[in-house]
Amino acid sequence: MISIENLHAEIEGNQILKGLNLKINEGEVHAIMGPNGSGKSTLASVLAGDENYEVTEGNVSFLGEDILEMSVEDRARAGLFLAFQYPVEIPGVSNINFLKTAINDIRNSQGLEDIPAKEFLSKVKEKSKLVELDGRLTNRSVNEGFSGGEKKRNEIFHMAMLEPKFAILDETDSGLDIDALKIVSNGVNAMRDTKRSFLVITHYQRLLDHIVPDFVHVLYDGKIIKTGDKTLALELEEKGYDWITESVAV
Amino acid sequence: MAYQEDPILEEVTNKDYEFGFVTDIEVDKVRNGLDEDIIRLISSKKNEPQWLLDWRLEAFDIWKKMTEPEWAHVNYEKPDFQAISYYAAPKKKPKLNSLDEVDPELRKTMDKLGISLEEQKRLSGVAVDFVMDSVSVATSFKEKLAELGIIFMSMSEAVQEHPELVRKYIGKVVPRTDNFYAALNSAVFTDGSFCYIPKGVRCPMELSTYFRINEAGTGQFERTLVVAEQGSYVSYLEGCTAPQRDENQLHAAVVELIAMDDAEIKYSTVQNWYPGDEEGKGGVFNFVTKRGLCDGRNSKISWTQVETGSAVTWKYPSCILKGENSIGEFYSVAVTNNFQQADTGTKMIHLGKNTKSTIISKGISAGKSQNSYRGLVKIQKSAKNARNFSQCDSLLMGDRCGAHTFPYIEVDNNTAKVEHEATTSKIGEDQLFYCMQRGIDEEKAISLIVNGYAKEVLNKLPMEFAVEAQKLLAISLEGSVG
Repeated sequence: MISIENLHAEIEGNQILKGLNLKINEGEVHAIMGPNGSGKSTLASVLAGDENYEVTEGNVSFLGEDILEMSVEDRARAGLFLAFQYPVEIPGVSNINFLKTAINDIRNSQGLEDIPAKEFLSKVKEKSKLVELDGRLTNRSVNEGFSGGEKKRNEIFHMAMLEPKFAILDETDSGLDIDALKIVSNGVNAMRDTKRSFLVITHYQRLLDHIVPDFVHVLYDGKIIKTGDKTLALELEEKGYDWITESVAV
Repeated sequence: MAYQEDPILEEVTNKDYEFGFVTDIEVDKVRNGLDEDIIRLISSKKNEPQWLLDWRLEAFDIWKKMTEPEWAHVNYEKPDFQAISYYAAPKKKPKLNSLDEVDPELRKTMDKLGISLEEQKRLSGVAVDFVMDSVSVATSFKEKLAELGIIFMSMSEAVQEHPELVRKYIGKVVPRTDNFYAALNSAVFTDGSFCYIPKGVRCPMELSTYFRINEAGTGQFERTLVVAEQGSYVSYLEGCTAPQRDENQLHAAVVELIAMDDAEIKYSTVQNWYPGDEEGKGGVFNFVTKRGLCDGRNSKISWTQVETGSAVTWKYPSCILKGENSIGEFYSVAVTNNFQQADTGTKMIHLGKNTKSTIISKGISAGKSQNSYRGLVKIQKSAKNARNFSQCDSLLMGDRCGAHTFPYIEVDNNTAKVEHEATTSKIGEDQLFYCMQRGIDEEKAISLIVNGYAKEVLNKLPMEFAVEAQKLLAISLEGSVG
């Protein structure tokens, strides 16, 4: 699905990613954990194409294409989705209109016609149920006046509507209470299949109780320093990061 | 954050004005300059009654004693009033019974503008009084309106056919002494629209006028008068485009609205006159006096405007709330790009008891433009329980433009309730990134965000206009990300 090699990236001259390697195959769920400032969100932003970050070295191949050469929207159209840590508000633009525009832009880029209204509406109905999103919220302006939890659920709703091939969840669990966490996790789990891959960025092991990963990576100082299975997350929860970071410190 | 905006801003400046063409029609144009002889000439060309000539000459005397105002937050080279021709009329002055008789060149012009009369006719319920360089050349739906007793015609015709009405109301809301440009307009106005809705009549269609400035170097001095008698209703649309010109063109219109007891007037404008090129050269000067008088009890006047054009705009559609329980509304979207300057807003003058006013102003600035909101809310002593709500929002695109808000509030009655809210925001690169991450292309993302921002105002426009306005916003801001 995606192959990241020796990725270096900086923002305003500060080197954040310092040679990151990661390969995710079809249908796999990878979790990335790590202390604050280790580069987790930078990785998400760089993959999505945020121009505030400059890639100084390395390659990223997504479905065989050099993603670093692609624009933000072309990456999205190729099937890359980012669930934002801080979803933005777009006043006056209804969530529905927004999604319809997005779906049609993606379809048009693939040479397809606009989605028929009926098909779109039944999709909205089906997918909003998935994250138990109130019909009211789907008609309101994008994220405007949504609570923190509603914003995160809305991200998952967007993901369900756009049906990406590869989704990055950037701290989607932060700020969620346990019920919302379950709803979000159920939404993600419902979308797991043998083709679709996920990269789950989180601080907390508890999310991984619900979204069970195939691999857990520890990101520290811009590099992946340890990889394990789901038990690694439990170990981190118990012992913190020091025992690993100390072992790599020279 | 380090954001690349320059290339995109460059792109905006490369967007040509779509309506930049000149119609090749023979024109009857008077010599440049302004003096009593010119005014007499205009008046006689239009076969006007003596009282109107006298009224013009008095206005000219008033104007000569006035000086051009300078208080607006705009900077421009003042027009040379002696270098302007004050009258231009198509030579082949047509007397038209049907559209087929319209000059083919003019028809082509209208086609280019996408407002061909056929199209307009097909659009249910839109009557068009097409004004081109000062003289109306085509009026439709007139007969249908006449059945209801509605008068909708050019000002010149109204002067001939309904002189008593014109004489009674002209200058009533905007007196000749009001300001420099109103005085000038009163002296030299060449045409415009006149609209009269009799008692109890609800005008069944949107009345619409398209203005165009065509003959190079010709100032346009429109005069529009809308009178709504007791219990009547009318929605009036004004749309404007002008062809591209190097020299600045002056436009100083006067619009007067009068609403009697229980009458309602909705006045909507979409203005996209030539804003000048990317270096700030050329473009229309738009110095307009627009004012409505809520004369009767429970009367209501709403101004809705979408302003994307002109090099310099200086305009404050206002309401005088004289009748008890009368309501004034102002909804505005003003877009400035490149070197455009706009100083626009409204005045709500509360005189009557329980009068209410609402102001929603949405400014959008891009390029190196300056966009100012200037508004006055005045509650007179007589206006018991008056209420006002004002909201002024500014949206900035890029960091080379400016947005300014000058709200003036004068309250002389302590039962008044006045609320003012103002926000300034930058079109978020994070918003754009969010849209694009969902697969939406950049241009469409801007259009979405801007239309969302302006939605409250766009919603107030009649349907046909709202669609046009949305497209216009997208065109005006194409590529201008910041």
